[in-house]
Amino acid sequence: MSADNAIVLALCVPLATAAGIQVAGRISDNLREAVTLVGAVTLAWVVWGMLPALFAGERPAVMLGELLPGVALAFEVEPLGMLFAALASGLWIINSVYSIGYMRANQERKQTRFYTCFALALAATMGIAFSGNLITLFLCYEILTLSTYPLVSHKGDEHTVRSARVYLGILLCTSIGLFLPAIIWTYHVAGTGDFTLGGILEGHIDGADIGLLLALFVFGVGKAAVMPVHRWLPSAMVAPTPVSALLHAVAVVKAGVFSIAKIIVYVFGVDFLFAAPSANWLVFIAAFTILAASLVALRQQNIKRLLAYSTVAQLSYVVMAAAVLKPLAEIGAAIHMVAHAFGKITLFFAAGAIYTAAKKTEIHQLRGIGKRMPWTMAAFTIGALSMIGVPPTAGFVSKWYILAGAFQADNLVAIFTIIASTVLNAMYFLPIIFMAWFAKEPSGSKDHGEAPLLVVLALCLTATLTLGFFFFNGPVIELEAQLFQGATQ
Amino acid sequence: MDLTPHLPALQVIVPMLSAPLIVLLKPRGLAWAGATAVALLSFAVALNMAIAISDGAHYRYDMGGWAAPYGIELSVGAFSSLILLIVTGAAATALLAGRASIDSQIEPDRQPMFYAAWLLALAGLAGIAVSADAFNIFVFMEISSLASYVLIAGGPNRRALPAVFKYLVMGTIGATFYLIGVGLVYMMTGTLNLADMEARVGAVDDINPILVAAGFITIGLALKAAVFPLHVWLPNAYTHSPHMVTVFLAACATKVAIYVLIRFDFFVFQSNFDWHGSHFSSFLMPLGLLGILVASAVAMFEGHIKRLLAMSSVAQIGYIILGASFVTQDGLTASAAHLFNHALAKGGLFLAIAALACHYDDLRLDRLAGAARSMPWTSAALAICGFSLVGVPGTAGFISKWLLIDAALDQGPFAWLLVLIILASSLMALAYVWRIVETLYKKPAVVQPSSAGEAPLELLLITWLIALANIGFGLFPQFPLNLASAAAELLMGHAL
Amino acid sequence: MNLLELLGYFNYWVFAIVLMVGLYTVIAKINLVKKLIGLSIFQSAVFLMYITMDKVEGGTAPIILKGMEGNVFSNPLPQVLILTAIVVGVSTLALGLAIVVRIYESYGTIEEDEILDAD
Repeated sequence: MSADNAIVLALCVPLATAAGIQVAGRISDNLREAVTLVGAVTLAWVVWGMLPALFAGERPAVMLGELLPGVALAFEVEPLGMLFAALASGLWIINSVYSIGYMRANQERKQTRFYTCFALALAATMGIAFSGNLITLFLCYEILTLSTYPLVSHKGDEHTVRSARVYLGILLCTSIGLFLPAIIWTYHVAGTGDFTLGGILEGHIDGADIGLLLALFVFGVGKAAVMPVHRWLPSAMVAPTPVSALLHAVAVVKAGVFSIAKIIVYVFGVDFLFAAPSANWLVFIAAFTILAASLVALRQQNIKRLLAYSTVAQLSYVVMAAAVLKPLAEIGAAIHMVAHAFGKITLFFAAGAIYTAAKKTEIHQLRGIGKRMPWTMAAFTIGALSMIGVPPTAGFVSKWYILAGAFQADNLVAIFTIIASTVLNAMYFLPIIFMAWFAKEPSGSKDHGEAPLLVVLALCLTATLTLGFFFFNGPVIELEAQLFQGATQ
Repeated sequence: MDLTPHLPALQVIVPMLSAPLIVLLKPRGLAWAGATAVALLSFAVALNMAIAISDGAHYRYDMGGWAAPYGIELSVGAFSSLILLIVTGAAATALLAGRASIDSQIEPDRQPMFYAAWLLALAGLAGIAVSADAFNIFVFMEISSLASYVLIAGGPNRRALPAVFKYLVMGTIGATFYLIGVGLVYMMTGTLNLADMEARVGAVDDINPILVAAGFITIGLALKAAVFPLHVWLPNAYTHSPHMVTVFLAACATKVAIYVLIRFDFFVFQSNFDWHGSHFSSFLMPLGLLGILVASAVAMFEGHIKRLLAMSSVAQIGYIILGASFVTQDGLTASAAHLFNHALAKGGLFLAIAALACHYDDLRLDRLAGAARSMPWTSAALAICGFSLVGVPGTAGFISKWLLIDAALDQGPFAWLLVLIILASSLMALAYVWRIVETLYKKPAVVQPSSAGEAPLELLLITWLIALANIGFGLFPQFPLNLASAAAELLMGHAL
Repeated sequence: MNLLELLGYFNYWVFAIVLMVGLYTVIAKINLVKKLIGLSIFQSAVFLMYITMDKVEGGTAPIILKGMEGNVFSNPLPQVLILTAIVVGVSTLALGLAIVVRIYESYGTIEEDEILDAD
């Protein structure tokens, strides 16, 4: 199988899975879930199968057709997108296992629609990861927004619908109101929107326009949740936990920061942007988002909302790392996407497991829960430590690279922000861990054990990945080191 | 016998001569079958010409063998062929899909008349598109208008009557204004043939009558085209007419008037007078922008689903006018493409509404709550067409939005304002489309549908066909786009 | 422009005045039949304009007879056009009146304000 075909296959497998789920859902629940798992495994096999070609320096590409003269639907695999696709497709398997346990235990309704939309969202995610130009990215970005709406509004009551409206409203308004004009502007001045190493804008735009265009892109990609367009993320927490876990810790939010990183590296070009004084503001706004979101997280009582604000902060790590505009920091940004994905999906899985087993959603209810759910809370602890960046967890590796990049650029703002936010992260995660393990459970509370086996299995797996990534991160760094091959010589 | 050179004439003559025959078809169903067959035939003719024209052909036809400028000339180029596709396509799809809907709204013994009027409207609209003669255009305009007044008033809803009266008065004033303008140009040039006018109008000594003529023609046609603020006849006429008539007319009636407006202005005036370009844009651009903003804003708060979409039509006409008012190749391409894409989106939306109307008598938005539960397919098609209207990527509407913004960026210092307004109104469109989608899908039902289940199969199939066409032309827009850019080239070629 | 020249455009002055009388009637009258009368006046003004412009000084009716080939004729084309336009105007009027009849049947009135109140 050639790598070019693999791209098309990676887009078609989730679509076929979605169709299969629709058909199988009419026959039996077991069959439907089997189809989901088979689809997830096949997708991972296809995506991971592209890795050797990429390590060999190939850049598989495929063009589907031209929309307008010079504006084509095209896909191309490069290290950043490959990493994102590998991450999302791999975690989809684990998430499917978790979903099956969670959805059954909570007896959620309309499960067929749930799995179908999930598969569609994955197809869109693959499209974003492999997009070869801005317009393809935008198309898949919007499909991802629309296909996740039914997932967010899954519960269907009035509160959920209202929150889902905020979710959809912010994402669509920013993308149509800011992202789209930025894209058209780019095509207009540069004559192309193809992702090219070193950027395409150099010589076509200058002065304050650079900063303006960057602002349109950064705030237009609402999925990256840079303040003040972060409001959708806490709203999206009304979704069932598997959705929060895969989509709002991995696929959707990573699609946002991934898009920003990709635009900075391949549309603006790192060196071009570094030389443009009007683009400096991005580091500040990202730093502000990190600190402000961490402060808000400190005050949250609901576990999922706390995790949501923590996600907002962590996403801006990636944005800030990308905005430091040094190769080491760009690699740090890519690695942080992975590290945060492992850690945050574990945390969400744990929150869902607690909800499934104990119906608890608030932090103060967690007293002494470690004794009843040792596996879950152990995984939660690992995830939380990774968020803080304590070795030996994944979060340490990425912070190391981002810091190194910041020193390389002498960017004091970034260095200070990383240190301050580490303290803040510790301030909101450590009390929870302490309370769960060492506080005494209030008397008369409900008797419960661990969550269903599939749920626990999934979260243990991701916790293991979080630990494992600290030791075995070589291939990822090697892959991302190729990001600048040919550009920074 | 090779009919190819006669296609432009057949385009008009077939529906026009069939109309009186249809009246004679009394047995139930036959009239419908006859009208549908004629409409499909017209569509086939239009498609045939469009394919040849996108390969570079151009049809000219002298009626009765009398050569222009003395005889009446028919001429079909890229622009007219695009319009013909829209007109015949809308007529044919609405008939094909609408039998059940029309049966429920028009009494059986009046149906043959109704279908005859339908074919006359089709003949008139097609006639406007093929004519190369200013007076002929007036005659066809009145044929189509009179027939569409009949169509709109044909339904069971009594509110259609005052609406159609208003339409009749305003439409007649518009047509008469056009007639005055044509008269003035004729007075100065002595010809009615558009191509001949183009050649002679530049040589006129006294420019004042021409200026007055340009004003009369532009305003008269703007009235017919429902350009804001001359749109007041449109919302009620579309809201209260029979559902299938709304599908037909919303997709093409105003567009034909825009076509004449653009064609007249660019062929006859733009090529000869330096001042015309700036007059044209300084008059129409503000109207286009105001229409986009005001009509979108009104649509956001409209309670009746058909009225809401009718207001949105006014806003979309604003887009088309805006693109033309740039007086550039890119702007005209965007306009022409939006003519086509908006017809697709709005036609699909009104088809879906006709499907909803099969089970819901009251089409106020709050009464439609929860309709997606009993009619999932209809609702999904409605959502797709709605997204096309907003301009979500992957749909046809996105293509024209892209072209329009791209063209607007060339507009010098005010480019940002233009882009801002286009985007703001896209967001407003998102708001009103989303209001519909959320009502259908997420709100608890208020009214139980009169019977459970989906709309009639043929209506559903055609609605989905149009919805898929919205996606298809969003991903593979070459065919309409080629015609649109050839049309723009033709128009600008005349304008030099 | 002196008075004579102004008077020379007499027909056009009448055209403009009649046009405005018609338009005013359409806008100002509430009664639907009166509106239609106004519309008819409005259209008639245009007929007058076309007829005026085809007049050639000293010209006769454009009918070619033997022995009169050298005569000056009025321009026949606007006359033909306006015949068509008259037909259009009559059909519009007929249709308009038919609609008014139906409005009267379903609303019981032909006053615009009362119709608006009825819905």
